[in-house]
Amino acid sequence: MASAATVAASGVASKARAQQAEVPAGAKIGIPAGETSSVSFKVNGQDQTLSVDNRTTLLDALREHLHLTGTKKGCDHGQCGACTVMVDGRRINSCLSLAIMHEGDEVVTIEGLGEPGKLHPMQAAFVKHDGYQCGYCTPGQICSSVAVLEEIKAGMPSHVTGDLTAKVAFSLEEIRERMSGNLCRCGAYSNIVDAIADVAGRPA
Amino acid sequence: MKSFTYERATSVEAATKAAAAHDAARFIAGGTNLLDLMKLEIETPTHLIDVNTLGLDTIEATSEGGLRIGALVRNSDLAADERVRRDYGLLSRALLAGASGQLRNKATTAGNLLQRTRCPYFYDTNQPCNKRQPGSGCSAIDGFSRQLGIVGISSSCIATHPSDMAIAMRVLDAVVETVGSDGAKRSIPIADFHRLPGDTPHIETELKKGEIITAVVLPKPIGGKQIYRKVRDRASYAFALISVGAVIQPDGTGRVAVGGVAHKPWRLDAADEDLPSGAGRVTRRLLLDAQPTEHNAYKVKLVERTLGAVLAEAKG
Ligand SMILES: Cc1cc2nc3c(=O)[nH]c(=O)nc-3n(C[C@H](O)[C@H](O)[C@H](O)COP(=O)(O)OP(=O)(O)OC[C@H]3O[C@@H](n4cnc5c(N)ncnc54)[C@H](O)[C@@H]3O)c2cc1C
Ligand code: SF4
Repeated sequence: MASAATVAASGVASKARAQQAEVPAGAKIGIPAGETSSVSFKVNGQDQTLSVDNRTTLLDALREHLHLTGTKKGCDHGQCGACTVMVDGRRINSCLSLAIMHEGDEVVTIEGLGEPGKLHPMQAAFVKHDGYQCGYCTPGQICSSVAVLEEIKAGMPSHVTGDLTAKVAFSLEEIRERMSGNLCRCGAYSNIVDAIADVAGRPA
Repeated sequence: MKSFTYERATSVEAATKAAAAHDAARFIAGGTNLLDLMKLEIETPTHLIDVNTLGLDTIEATSEGGLRIGALVRNSDLAADERVRRDYGLLSRALLAGASGQLRNKATTAGNLLQRTRCPYFYDTNQPCNKRQPGSGCSAIDGFSRQLGIVGISSSCIATHPSDMAIAMRVLDAVVETVGSDGAKRSIPIADFHRLPGDTPHIETELKKGEIITAVVLPKPIGGKQIYRKVRDRASYAFALISVGAVIQPDGTGRVAVGGVAHKPWRLDAADEDLPSGAGRVTRRLLLDAQPTEHNAYKVKLVERTLGAVLAEAKG
Protein backbone atom coordinates (compact mmCIF):
# COMPACT_ATOMS: atom_id res chain seq x y z
CA MET A 1 0.00 0.00 0.00
CA ALA A 2 1.20 3.52 -0.69
CA SER A 3 1.59 4.63 2.89
CA ALA A 4 3.45 7.76 1.83
CA ALA A 5 0.45 8.80 -0.21
CA THR A 6 -2.04 8.11 2.52
CA VAL A 7 0.04 9.86 5.15
CA ALA A 8 0.59 12.88 2.92
CA ALA A 9 -3.13 13.25 2.40
CA SER A 10 -4.18 12.48 5.94
CA GLY A 11 -2.43 15.50 7.44
CA VAL A 12 -4.96 17.82 5.89
CA ALA A 13 -7.95 15.54 5.73
CA SER A 14 -9.88 16.64 8.78
CA LYS A 15 -9.37 20.40 8.62
CA ALA A 16 -9.37 21.20 4.95
CA ARG A 17 -11.61 18.56 3.45
CA ALA A 18 -13.30 20.80 0.90
CA GLN A 19 -10.03 22.29 -0.18
CA GLN A 20 -8.40 18.89 -0.32
CA ALA A 21 -11.00 17.66 -2.76
CA GLU A 22 -9.78 20.27 -5.24
CA VAL A 23 -6.10 19.38 -4.86
CA PRO A 24 -5.60 15.75 -5.86
CA ALA A 25 -3.90 13.83 -3.07
CA GLY A 26 -1.26 12.57 -5.43
CA ALA A 27 -0.26 15.99 -6.74
CA LYS A 28 1.88 16.61 -3.68
CA ILE A 29 3.99 13.53 -4.09
CA GLY A 30 3.94 13.18 -7.84
CA ILE A 31 1.36 10.46 -8.47
CA PRO A 32 0.33 10.70 -12.13
CA ALA A 33 -3.03 12.31 -12.84
CA GLY A 34 -5.75 9.70 -13.19
CA GLU A 35 -4.34 7.59 -10.39
CA THR A 36 -6.13 9.56 -7.68
CA SER A 37 -9.89 9.93 -7.38
CA SER A 38 -12.47 11.75 -5.35
CA VAL A 39 -15.07 9.75 -3.44
CA SER A 40 -18.01 10.73 -1.24
CA PHE A 41 -19.60 8.48 1.35
CA LYS A 42 -21.18 8.67 4.77
CA VAL A 43 -19.24 7.47 7.77
CA ASN A 44 -21.14 7.11 11.04
CA GLY A 45 -23.84 9.43 9.72
CA GLN A 46 -21.49 12.17 8.51
CA ASP A 47 -20.91 13.06 4.86
CA GLN A 48 -17.28 12.77 3.82
CA THR A 49 -15.56 13.65 0.55
CA LEU A 50 -12.02 12.47 0.11
CA SER A 51 -9.45 12.74 -2.62
CA VAL A 52 -7.35 9.61 -2.44
CA ASP A 53 -4.73 7.60 -4.27
CA ASN A 54 -6.74 4.93 -6.09
CA ARG A 55 -4.88 2.27 -4.11
CA THR A 56 -6.27 3.45 -0.77
CA THR A 57 -8.34 0.77 0.90
CA LEU A 58 -11.49 1.64 2.81
CA LEU A 59 -9.53 0.67 5.93
CA ASP A 60 -6.75 3.16 5.22
CA ALA A 61 -9.25 5.87 4.30
CA LEU A 62 -10.97 5.41 7.67
CA ARG A 63 -7.78 5.27 9.71
CA GLU A 64 -5.37 7.58 7.90
CA HIS A 65 -7.69 10.11 6.28
CA LEU A 66 -10.58 10.27 8.72
CA HIS A 67 -8.59 9.35 11.84
CA LEU A 68 -11.14 6.74 12.85
CA THR A 69 -8.52 4.44 14.30
CA GLY A 70 -10.98 2.15 16.09
CA THR A 71 -11.02 -0.07 13.00
CA LYS A 72 -7.82 -2.09 13.12
CA LYS A 73 -5.34 -3.32 10.54
CA GLY A 74 -4.36 -6.89 11.35
CA CYS A 75 -3.30 -9.08 8.43
CA ASP A 76 -4.44 -6.64 5.69
CA HIS A 77 -5.45 -9.70 3.61
CA GLY A 78 -8.98 -10.53 4.75
CA GLN A 79 -7.82 -13.35 6.96
CA CYS A 80 -8.23 -11.97 10.49
CA GLY A 81 -11.35 -9.78 10.56
CA ALA A 82 -9.86 -6.95 12.67
CA CYS A 83 -10.87 -4.47 9.95
CA THR A 84 -14.55 -5.47 9.92
CA VAL A 85 -16.95 -2.56 9.38
CA MET A 86 -20.54 -2.31 8.21
CA VAL A 87 -21.27 -0.98 4.73
CA ASP A 88 -24.92 -0.41 3.89
CA GLY A 89 -25.76 -2.59 6.87
CA ARG A 90 -23.53 -5.53 5.92
CA ARG A 91 -20.23 -6.52 7.49
CA ILE A 92 -17.19 -6.57 5.22
CA ASN A 93 -13.40 -6.64 5.52
CA SER A 94 -12.47 -3.00 4.92
CA CYS A 95 -8.89 -4.03 4.04
CA LEU A 96 -10.00 -5.85 0.87
CA SER A 97 -12.09 -3.00 -0.53
CA LEU A 98 -10.97 0.16 -2.30
CA ALA A 99 -12.20 3.43 -0.81
CA ILE A 100 -13.08 4.74 -4.27
CA MET A 101 -15.49 1.84 -4.75
CA HIS A 102 -17.72 3.14 -1.94
CA GLU A 103 -19.25 6.16 -3.64
CA GLY A 104 -22.58 6.93 -1.95
CA ASP A 105 -22.24 4.13 0.62
CA GLU A 106 -23.04 4.32 4.33
CA VAL A 107 -20.20 3.06 6.47
CA VAL A 108 -20.54 2.34 10.19
CA THR A 109 -17.42 1.73 12.25
CA ILE A 110 -16.96 0.79 15.89
CA GLU A 111 -17.02 4.54 16.73
CA GLY A 112 -20.46 4.75 15.10
CA LEU A 113 -21.91 1.88 17.11
CA GLY A 114 -21.39 3.61 20.44
CA GLU A 115 -18.99 5.59 22.57
CA PRO A 116 -17.94 5.64 26.21
CA GLY A 117 -20.98 6.76 28.15
CA LYS A 118 -23.42 5.46 25.55
CA LEU A 119 -22.20 2.04 24.60
CA HIS A 120 -23.97 -0.16 22.09
CA PRO A 121 -25.43 -3.20 23.93
CA MET A 122 -22.81 -5.41 22.24
CA GLN A 123 -19.98 -3.16 23.41
CA ALA A 124 -21.40 -3.24 26.95
CA ALA A 125 -21.69 -7.04 26.80
CA PHE A 126 -18.05 -7.41 25.72
CA VAL A 127 -17.04 -5.31 28.74
CA LYS A 128 -19.31 -7.27 31.08
CA HIS A 129 -18.08 -10.67 29.87
CA ASP A 130 -14.45 -9.68 29.38
CA GLY A 131 -14.64 -10.59 25.70
CA TYR A 132 -11.01 -9.67 25.00
CA GLN A 133 -7.54 -9.57 26.39
CA CYS A 134 -5.28 -7.23 24.41
CA GLY A 135 -8.29 -5.66 22.67
CA TYR A 136 -6.81 -5.38 19.19
CA CYS A 137 -9.37 -7.62 17.47
CA THR A 138 -12.26 -6.29 19.59
CA PRO A 139 -13.67 -3.57 17.28
CA GLY A 140 -13.83 -6.12 14.47
CA GLN A 141 -15.32 -8.75 16.78
CA ILE A 142 -18.02 -6.33 17.93
CA CYS A 143 -18.94 -5.10 14.44
CA SER A 144 -19.11 -8.70 13.29
CA SER A 145 -21.22 -9.78 16.30
CA VAL A 146 -23.79 -7.07 15.71
CA ALA A 147 -24.05 -8.13 12.06
CA VAL A 148 -24.23 -11.83 12.96
CA LEU A 149 -27.33 -11.31 15.10
CA GLU A 150 -28.90 -9.31 12.26
CA GLU A 151 -28.07 -12.08 9.78
CA ILE A 152 -29.71 -14.70 11.98
CA LYS A 153 -32.75 -12.47 12.42
CA ALA A 154 -32.93 -12.02 8.64
CA GLY A 155 -32.92 -15.81 8.26
CA MET A 156 -29.58 -16.12 6.47
CA PRO A 157 -28.30 -19.70 6.75
CA SER A 158 -24.78 -20.75 7.75
CA HIS A 159 -22.53 -23.77 7.30
CA VAL A 160 -23.95 -25.35 10.48
CA THR A 161 -27.63 -24.64 9.79
CA GLY A 162 -29.32 -28.07 9.82
CA ASP A 163 -32.26 -27.62 7.48
CA LEU A 164 -31.80 -25.02 4.74
CA THR A 165 -35.53 -24.65 4.23
CA ALA A 166 -36.46 -24.17 7.91
CA LYS A 167 -36.28 -20.94 9.89
CA VAL A 168 -32.74 -20.26 11.11
CA ALA A 169 -32.52 -20.48 14.91
CA PHE A 170 -30.02 -18.93 17.30
CA SER A 171 -27.55 -21.37 18.83
CA LEU A 172 -24.02 -21.21 20.20
CA GLU A 173 -22.90 -23.39 17.33
CA GLU A 174 -24.34 -20.84 14.88
CA ILE A 175 -22.47 -18.03 16.69
CA ARG A 176 -19.15 -19.88 16.61
CA GLU A 177 -19.44 -20.68 12.91
CA ARG A 178 -20.59 -17.20 11.91
CA MET A 179 -17.80 -15.54 13.92
CA SER A 180 -15.09 -17.69 12.30
CA GLY A 181 -13.91 -14.76 10.16
CA ASN A 182 -12.74 -12.93 13.29
CA LEU A 183 -9.59 -14.32 14.83
CA CYS A 184 -8.47 -13.55 18.40
CA ARG A 185 -4.85 -14.41 19.09
CA CYS A 186 -5.40 -14.05 22.85
CA GLY A 187 -8.04 -16.75 22.58
CA ALA A 188 -10.87 -14.86 24.28
CA TYR A 189 -13.37 -16.82 22.21
CA SER A 190 -15.45 -18.33 25.00
CA ASN A 191 -16.08 -14.92 26.59
CA ILE A 192 -16.86 -13.44 23.19
CA VAL A 193 -19.50 -16.12 22.65
CA ASP A 194 -20.91 -15.39 26.14
CA ALA A 195 -21.20 -11.68 25.29
CA ILE A 196 -23.02 -12.36 22.02
CA ALA A 197 -25.35 -14.89 23.66
CA ASP A 198 -26.15 -12.32 26.36
CA VAL A 199 -27.17 -9.70 23.78
CA ALA A 200 -29.19 -12.30 21.91
CA GLY A 201 -31.05 -12.95 25.16
CA ARG A 202 -29.84 -16.55 25.48
CA PRO A 203 -27.80 -18.05 28.26
CA ALA A 204 -24.38 -19.20 27.08
CA MET B 1 0.59 -2.25 -4.84
CA LYS B 2 1.30 -0.80 -8.30
CA SER B 3 -0.69 2.29 -9.17
CA PHE B 4 -3.59 2.09 -11.60
CA THR B 5 -6.28 4.16 -13.21
CA TYR B 6 -9.91 3.41 -12.38
CA GLU B 7 -13.29 3.66 -14.05
CA ARG B 8 -16.83 2.72 -13.16
CA ALA B 9 -18.31 0.77 -16.04
CA THR B 10 -21.48 2.32 -17.45
CA SER B 11 -22.52 -0.64 -19.61
CA VAL B 12 -21.40 -4.18 -20.38
CA GLU B 13 -20.34 -3.00 -23.82
CA ALA B 14 -18.28 -0.12 -22.43
CA ALA B 15 -16.68 -2.43 -19.87
CA THR B 16 -15.55 -5.01 -22.42
CA LYS B 17 -14.31 -2.30 -24.81
CA ALA B 18 -12.28 -0.67 -22.05
CA ALA B 19 -10.86 -4.03 -21.01
CA ALA B 20 -9.80 -4.83 -24.56
CA ALA B 21 -8.30 -1.37 -25.11
CA HIS B 22 -5.88 -1.55 -22.16
CA ASP B 23 -2.85 -3.81 -22.07
CA ALA B 24 -3.29 -4.79 -18.46
CA ALA B 25 -6.86 -4.04 -17.43
CA ARG B 26 -8.87 -6.07 -14.94
CA PHE B 27 -12.51 -6.06 -14.01
CA ILE B 28 -13.02 -5.64 -10.28
CA ALA B 29 -16.09 -7.03 -8.52
CA GLY B 30 -15.91 -7.78 -4.78
CA GLY B 31 -12.17 -7.25 -4.93
CA THR B 32 -11.53 -9.92 -2.29
CA ASN B 33 -9.16 -11.91 -4.47
CA LEU B 34 -7.88 -9.28 -6.89
CA LEU B 35 -6.91 -6.71 -4.23
CA ASP B 36 -5.28 -9.39 -2.11
CA LEU B 37 -3.09 -10.33 -5.10
CA MET B 38 -2.48 -6.69 -6.08
CA LYS B 39 -1.13 -5.96 -2.60
CA LEU B 40 1.40 -8.73 -3.14
CA GLU B 41 2.07 -7.50 -6.70
CA ILE B 42 1.17 -10.91 -8.06
CA GLU B 43 -1.52 -9.10 -10.04
CA THR B 44 -0.35 -5.76 -11.47
CA PRO B 45 -3.19 -4.27 -13.52
CA THR B 46 -2.67 -0.73 -14.76
CA HIS B 47 -6.39 -0.10 -15.12
CA LEU B 48 -9.37 -1.30 -13.08
CA ILE B 49 -12.91 -1.45 -14.42
CA ASP B 50 -15.45 -1.52 -11.62
CA VAL B 51 -18.32 -3.74 -12.72
CA ASN B 52 -20.44 -3.28 -9.57
CA THR B 53 -22.42 -0.57 -11.34
CA LEU B 54 -23.73 -2.83 -14.12
CA GLY B 55 -26.86 -4.05 -12.34
CA LEU B 56 -25.88 -7.70 -12.86
CA ASP B 57 -26.95 -8.51 -9.31
CA THR B 58 -30.29 -10.27 -9.67
CA ILE B 59 -31.36 -13.92 -9.64
CA GLU B 60 -34.10 -14.62 -12.16
CA ALA B 61 -36.14 -17.66 -13.15
CA THR B 62 -35.40 -18.88 -16.69
CA SER B 63 -38.09 -20.08 -19.11
CA GLU B 64 -36.51 -23.57 -18.87
CA GLY B 65 -37.34 -23.74 -15.16
CA GLY B 66 -33.83 -22.92 -13.95
CA LEU B 67 -32.18 -19.81 -12.52
CA ARG B 68 -30.07 -17.10 -14.11
CA ILE B 69 -27.65 -15.81 -11.47
CA GLY B 70 -26.19 -12.38 -12.23
CA ALA B 71 -22.39 -12.22 -12.24
CA LEU B 72 -22.44 -9.67 -9.41
CA VAL B 73 -24.77 -11.55 -7.05
CA ARG B 74 -22.94 -11.78 -3.73
CA ASN B 75 -22.07 -15.22 -2.41
CA SER B 76 -24.07 -14.56 0.79
CA ASP B 77 -27.19 -13.54 -1.16
CA LEU B 78 -26.93 -16.53 -3.48
CA ALA B 79 -26.57 -18.94 -0.55
CA ALA B 80 -29.58 -17.38 1.21
CA ASP B 81 -31.88 -17.21 -1.81
CA GLU B 82 -35.04 -19.22 -1.08
CA ARG B 83 -35.09 -20.91 -4.48
CA VAL B 84 -31.45 -21.90 -4.22
CA ARG B 85 -31.94 -23.27 -0.70
CA ARG B 86 -34.98 -25.28 -1.80
CA ASP B 87 -33.93 -26.53 -5.26
CA TYR B 88 -30.13 -26.29 -5.36
CA GLY B 89 -29.17 -27.01 -1.75
CA LEU B 90 -25.75 -28.20 -2.89
CA LEU B 91 -24.95 -24.68 -4.10
CA SER B 92 -25.99 -23.05 -0.81
CA ARG B 93 -23.98 -25.61 1.12
CA ALA B 94 -20.84 -25.14 -0.99
CA LEU B 95 -21.03 -21.35 -0.72
CA LEU B 96 -21.57 -21.45 3.04
CA ALA B 97 -18.57 -23.75 3.45
CA GLY B 98 -16.34 -21.10 1.86
CA ALA B 99 -14.53 -18.08 3.31
CA SER B 100 -16.23 -16.02 6.08
CA GLY B 101 -19.43 -14.03 6.51
CA GLN B 102 -17.60 -10.79 5.77
CA LEU B 103 -15.98 -12.14 2.61
CA ARG B 104 -19.16 -13.75 1.30
CA ASN B 105 -20.90 -10.38 1.62
CA LYS B 106 -18.46 -9.00 -0.96
CA ALA B 107 -17.51 -12.03 -3.07
CA THR B 108 -19.44 -12.35 -6.32
CA THR B 109 -20.52 -15.26 -8.51
CA ALA B 110 -18.12 -14.37 -11.33
CA GLY B 111 -15.24 -13.41 -9.02
CA ASN B 112 -15.59 -16.69 -7.16
CA LEU B 113 -15.26 -18.72 -10.39
CA LEU B 114 -12.21 -16.68 -11.37
CA GLN B 115 -10.40 -16.69 -8.02
CA ARG B 116 -6.83 -17.86 -8.36
CA THR B 117 -5.05 -20.79 -6.77
CA ARG B 118 -3.90 -20.85 -3.16
CA CYS B 119 -0.67 -22.70 -3.98
CA PRO B 120 1.81 -21.31 -1.40
CA TYR B 121 4.52 -20.87 -4.05
CA PHE B 122 2.17 -18.85 -6.24
CA TYR B 123 1.88 -16.47 -3.28
CA ASP B 124 5.62 -16.40 -2.51
CA THR B 125 7.06 -14.01 -5.07
CA ASN B 126 10.61 -15.14 -4.20
CA GLN B 127 9.98 -18.62 -5.59
CA PRO B 128 9.74 -19.81 -9.18
CA CYS B 129 6.16 -20.44 -10.30
CA ASN B 130 5.02 -21.07 -13.87
CA LYS B 131 1.57 -19.74 -13.13
CA ARG B 132 2.82 -16.42 -11.76
CA GLN B 133 5.82 -16.14 -14.05
CA PRO B 134 5.55 -18.40 -17.10
CA GLY B 135 8.72 -20.36 -17.76
CA SER B 136 10.24 -19.85 -14.31
CA GLY B 137 9.56 -23.40 -13.13
CA CYS B 138 7.28 -25.00 -10.55
CA SER B 139 8.44 -24.93 -6.95
CA ALA B 140 5.61 -27.11 -5.73
CA ILE B 141 6.38 -30.34 -7.56
CA ASP B 142 9.46 -31.01 -5.44
CA GLY B 143 8.35 -28.75 -2.61
CA PHE B 144 5.63 -28.86 0.02
CA SER B 145 2.70 -30.10 -1.99
CA ARG B 146 0.35 -31.28 0.74
CA GLN B 147 -2.47 -28.96 -0.42
CA LEU B 148 -1.90 -29.37 -4.12
CA GLY B 149 -3.42 -31.32 -6.99
CA ILE B 150 -3.20 -35.02 -7.78
CA VAL B 151 -5.10 -35.42 -11.03
CA GLY B 152 -5.14 -33.58 -14.36
CA ILE B 153 -1.83 -32.06 -13.32
CA SER B 154 1.18 -31.44 -15.56
CA SER B 155 4.93 -31.17 -15.23
CA SER B 156 4.43 -27.39 -15.33
CA CYS B 157 1.90 -27.00 -12.50
CA ILE B 158 0.06 -29.07 -9.89
CA ALA B 159 -2.11 -26.28 -8.47
CA THR B 160 -5.78 -26.72 -7.53
CA HIS B 161 -8.72 -24.44 -8.09
CA PRO B 162 -9.77 -23.31 -4.61
CA SER B 163 -13.46 -22.53 -5.15
CA ASP B 164 -16.13 -24.43 -3.22
CA MET B 165 -18.93 -22.83 -5.24
CA ALA B 166 -17.46 -24.09 -8.52
CA ILE B 167 -17.76 -27.72 -7.32
CA ALA B 168 -21.51 -27.28 -6.86
CA MET B 169 -21.83 -25.45 -10.19
CA ARG B 170 -20.08 -28.38 -11.90
CA VAL B 171 -22.40 -30.97 -10.35
CA LEU B 172 -25.41 -28.85 -11.30
CA ASP B 173 -24.19 -28.45 -14.93
CA ALA B 174 -24.18 -24.65 -14.76
CA VAL B 175 -23.51 -22.58 -17.87
CA VAL B 176 -21.38 -19.42 -17.82
CA GLU B 177 -22.77 -16.58 -19.95
CA THR B 178 -20.32 -14.04 -21.30
CA VAL B 179 -20.05 -11.06 -23.64
CA GLY B 180 -16.86 -10.53 -25.63
CA SER B 181 -15.21 -7.25 -26.53
CA ASP B 182 -16.72 -7.62 -30.03
CA GLY B 183 -20.17 -7.80 -28.44
CA ALA B 184 -20.54 -11.55 -29.13
CA LYS B 185 -22.39 -13.55 -26.48
CA ARG B 186 -21.21 -17.01 -25.45
CA SER B 187 -22.64 -19.74 -23.23
CA ILE B 188 -19.82 -21.87 -21.86
CA PRO B 189 -20.68 -25.08 -19.99
CA ILE B 190 -18.90 -25.06 -16.63
CA ALA B 191 -17.21 -28.34 -17.60
CA ASP B 192 -15.32 -26.46 -20.34
CA PHE B 193 -14.84 -23.16 -18.52
CA HIS B 194 -11.74 -23.92 -16.43
CA ARG B 195 -8.67 -25.36 -18.15
CA LEU B 196 -6.15 -27.96 -17.07
CA PRO B 197 -2.67 -26.50 -16.54
CA GLY B 198 -0.84 -28.26 -19.40
CA ASP B 199 2.19 -26.16 -20.29
CA THR B 200 0.28 -22.88 -19.91
CA PRO B 201 -0.84 -22.87 -16.26
CA HIS B 202 -1.16 -19.07 -16.32
CA ILE B 203 -4.15 -19.43 -18.69
CA GLU B 204 -6.86 -20.66 -16.36
CA THR B 205 -10.17 -20.29 -18.20
CA GLU B 206 -11.61 -20.09 -21.70
CA LEU B 207 -12.30 -16.34 -21.32
CA LYS B 208 -10.73 -14.15 -24.01
CA LYS B 209 -9.22 -10.73 -23.49
CA GLY B 210 -11.91 -8.25 -22.52
CA GLU B 211 -14.62 -10.92 -22.21
CA ILE B 212 -16.94 -10.36 -19.25
CA ILE B 213 -19.09 -12.85 -17.36
CA THR B 214 -22.66 -11.57 -17.16
CA ALA B 215 -24.42 -14.54 -15.53
CA VAL B 216 -24.25 -18.17 -14.53
CA VAL B 217 -27.31 -20.22 -15.48
CA LEU B 218 -28.56 -23.28 -13.63
CA PRO B 219 -30.68 -25.80 -15.54
CA LYS B 220 -33.95 -26.87 -13.95
CA PRO B 221 -33.64 -28.56 -10.54
CA ILE B 222 -32.81 -32.27 -10.46
CA GLY B 223 -33.96 -33.04 -6.90
CA GLY B 224 -32.13 -35.79 -5.01
CA LYS B 225 -30.15 -35.55 -1.81
CA GLN B 226 -27.71 -32.70 -2.24
CA ILE B 227 -24.60 -32.90 -0.07
CA TYR B 228 -21.37 -30.91 0.10
CA ARG B 229 -18.69 -32.28 2.39
CA LYS B 230 -15.50 -30.25 2.83
CA VAL B 231 -12.44 -31.56 4.65
CA ARG B 232 -10.04 -28.91 5.93
CA ASP B 233 -7.40 -28.19 8.55
CA ARG B 234 -9.79 -26.32 10.82
CA ALA B 235 -13.54 -26.59 11.30
CA SER B 236 -14.32 -23.32 9.56
CA TYR B 237 -12.69 -20.55 7.52
CA ALA B 238 -10.10 -22.63 5.69
CA PHE B 239 -9.71 -23.79 2.13
CA ALA B 240 -10.51 -27.40 1.30
CA LEU B 241 -7.90 -30.14 1.41
CA ILE B 242 -10.50 -32.02 -0.57
CA SER B 243 -14.24 -31.64 -0.92
CA VAL B 244 -17.03 -33.77 -2.35
CA GLY B 245 -20.20 -32.37 -3.89
CA ALA B 246 -22.91 -34.85 -4.83
CA VAL B 247 -26.54 -35.18 -5.82
CA ILE B 248 -27.81 -38.67 -5.07
CA GLN B 249 -31.21 -39.91 -6.24
CA PRO B 250 -33.34 -42.39 -4.23
CA ASP B 251 -32.22 -45.24 -6.54
CA GLY B 252 -28.56 -44.56 -5.80
CA THR B 253 -27.72 -42.98 -9.15
CA GLY B 254 -26.44 -39.43 -9.23
CA ARG B 255 -23.59 -37.04 -9.88
CA VAL B 256 -20.37 -36.28 -8.05
CA ALA B 257 -17.56 -33.75 -8.36
CA VAL B 258 -14.45 -33.46 -6.22
CA GLY B 259 -12.61 -30.30 -5.18
CA GLY B 260 -9.05 -29.81 -3.94
CA VAL B 261 -7.61 -32.38 -6.35
CA ALA B 262 -7.31 -30.61 -9.69
CA HIS B 263 -7.01 -27.32 -11.58
CA LYS B 264 -10.79 -27.44 -12.05
CA PRO B 265 -13.78 -29.13 -10.43
CA TRP B 266 -13.14 -32.83 -11.06
CA ARG B 267 -16.07 -34.80 -12.44
CA LEU B 268 -16.15 -37.74 -14.89
CA ASP B 269 -19.21 -39.32 -16.55
CA ALA B 270 -17.83 -42.81 -15.95
CA ALA B 271 -17.52 -42.10 -12.24
CA ASP B 272 -21.10 -40.78 -12.07
CA GLU B 273 -22.25 -44.04 -13.67
CA ASP B 274 -20.49 -46.05 -10.98
CA LEU B 275 -22.17 -44.26 -8.08
CA PRO B 276 -24.57 -47.15 -7.30
CA SER B 277 -21.52 -49.43 -6.81
CA GLY B 278 -20.08 -47.39 -3.96
CA ALA B 279 -17.26 -45.04 -3.02
CA GLY B 280 -14.36 -47.37 -3.78
CA ARG B 281 -15.25 -47.88 -7.42
CA VAL B 282 -16.16 -44.26 -8.00
CA THR B 283 -12.91 -43.04 -6.49
CA ARG B 284 -10.89 -45.47 -8.59
CA ARG B 285 -12.63 -44.12 -11.70
CA LEU B 286 -12.23 -40.49 -10.70
CA LEU B 287 -8.59 -40.80 -9.74
CA LEU B 288 -7.52 -43.40 -12.29
CA ASP B 289 -4.82 -41.13 -13.69
CA ALA B 290 -3.83 -39.59 -10.37
CA GLN B 291 -0.13 -38.85 -9.88
CA PRO B 292 0.08 -37.75 -6.27
CA THR B 293 3.31 -36.61 -4.66
CA GLU B 294 4.67 -38.05 -1.44
CA HIS B 295 2.99 -35.17 0.43
CA ASN B 296 -0.48 -35.36 -1.06
CA ALA B 297 -0.93 -39.09 -1.64
CA TYR B 298 -3.26 -39.03 1.40
CA LYS B 299 -5.84 -37.26 -0.77
CA VAL B 300 -6.67 -40.47 -2.66
CA LYS B 301 -7.82 -42.23 0.52
CA LEU B 302 -9.43 -39.04 1.80
CA VAL B 303 -11.58 -38.71 -1.32
CA GLU B 304 -12.75 -42.31 -1.01
CA ARG B 305 -13.62 -41.97 2.68
CA THR B 306 -15.31 -38.62 2.28
CA LEU B 307 -17.35 -39.92 -0.64
CA GLY B 308 -18.21 -42.97 1.46
CA ALA B 309 -19.55 -40.66 4.19
CA VAL B 310 -21.50 -38.66 1.63
CA LEU B 311 -23.12 -41.79 0.17
CA ALA B 312 -23.99 -43.05 3.66
CA GLU B 313 -25.56 -39.68 4.50
CA ALA B 314 -27.55 -39.78 1.26
CA LYS B 315 -28.99 -43.19 2.19
CA GLY B 316 -29.75 -42.33 5.81
C1 LIG C 1 -9.16 -15.23 3.82
C2 LIG C 1 -9.92 -15.79 2.65
C3 LIG C 1 -10.49 -17.05 2.75
C4 LIG C 1 -11.21 -17.58 1.68
N1 LIG C 1 -11.74 -18.82 1.78
C5 LIG C 1 -12.39 -19.38 0.73
C6 LIG C 1 -12.92 -20.69 0.78
O1 LIG C 1 -12.83 -21.38 1.81
N2 LIG C 1 -13.56 -21.18 -0.31
C7 LIG C 1 -13.70 -20.44 -1.46
O2 LIG C 1 -14.30 -20.94 -2.40
N3 LIG C 1 -13.19 -19.20 -1.55
C8 LIG C 1 -12.55 -18.66 -0.48
N4 LIG C 1 -12.01 -17.40 -0.59
C9 LIG C 1 -12.01 -16.74 -1.89
C10 LIG C 1 -13.23 -15.92 -2.18
O3 LIG C 1 -14.33 -16.79 -2.39
C11 LIG C 1 -12.92 -15.11 -3.44
O4 LIG C 1 -11.96 -14.14 -3.10
C12 LIG C 1 -14.14 -14.43 -4.03
O5 LIG C 1 -15.12 -15.36 -4.37
C13 LIG C 1 -13.76 -13.62 -5.25
O6 LIG C 1 -14.87 -12.87 -5.69
P1 LIG C 1 -14.77 -11.28 -5.88
O7 LIG C 1 -16.06 -10.81 -6.42
O8 LIG C 1 -14.29 -10.63 -4.65
O9 LIG C 1 -13.65 -11.25 -7.01
P2 LIG C 1 -12.60 -10.11 -7.42
O10 LIG C 1 -11.47 -10.15 -6.48
O11 LIG C 1 -13.29 -8.82 -7.63
O12 LIG C 1 -12.16 -10.68 -8.85
C14 LIG C 1 -11.52 -11.92 -9.02
C15 LIG C 1 -11.18 -12.08 -10.49
O13 LIG C 1 -12.37 -12.17 -11.26
C16 LIG C 1 -12.39 -11.20 -12.30
N5 LIG C 1 -13.79 -10.80 -12.48
C17 LIG C 1 -14.65 -10.40 -11.49
N6 LIG C 1 -15.88 -10.22 -12.02
C18 LIG C 1 -15.80 -10.52 -13.33
C19 LIG C 1 -16.76 -10.56 -14.39
N7 LIG C 1 -18.05 -10.23 -14.20
N8 LIG C 1 -16.34 -10.93 -15.62
C20 LIG C 1 -15.05 -11.28 -15.84
N9 LIG C 1 -14.11 -11.25 -14.87
C21 LIG C 1 -14.48 -10.89 -13.64
C22 LIG C 1 -11.45 -10.11 -11.82
O14 LIG C 1 -10.91 -9.40 -12.90
C23 LIG C 1 -10.41 -10.91 -11.07
O15 LIG C 1 -9.44 -11.39 -11.96
C24 LIG C 1 -11.33 -16.83 0.49
C25 LIG C 1 -10.78 -15.56 0.39
C26 LIG C 1 -10.07 -15.03 1.45
C27 LIG C 1 -9.47 -13.66 1.32
S1 SF4 D 1 1.90 -25.74 -8.66
FE1 SF4 D 1 1.40 -24.15 -10.19
S2 SF4 D 1 0.94 -22.38 -8.91
FE2 SF4 D 1 2.11 -23.81 -7.59
S3 SF4 D 1 4.30 -23.27 -7.88
FE3 SF4 D 1 3.84 -24.83 -9.39
S4 SF4 D 1 3.33 -23.58 -11.20
FE4 SF4 D 1 3.12 -22.23 -9.45
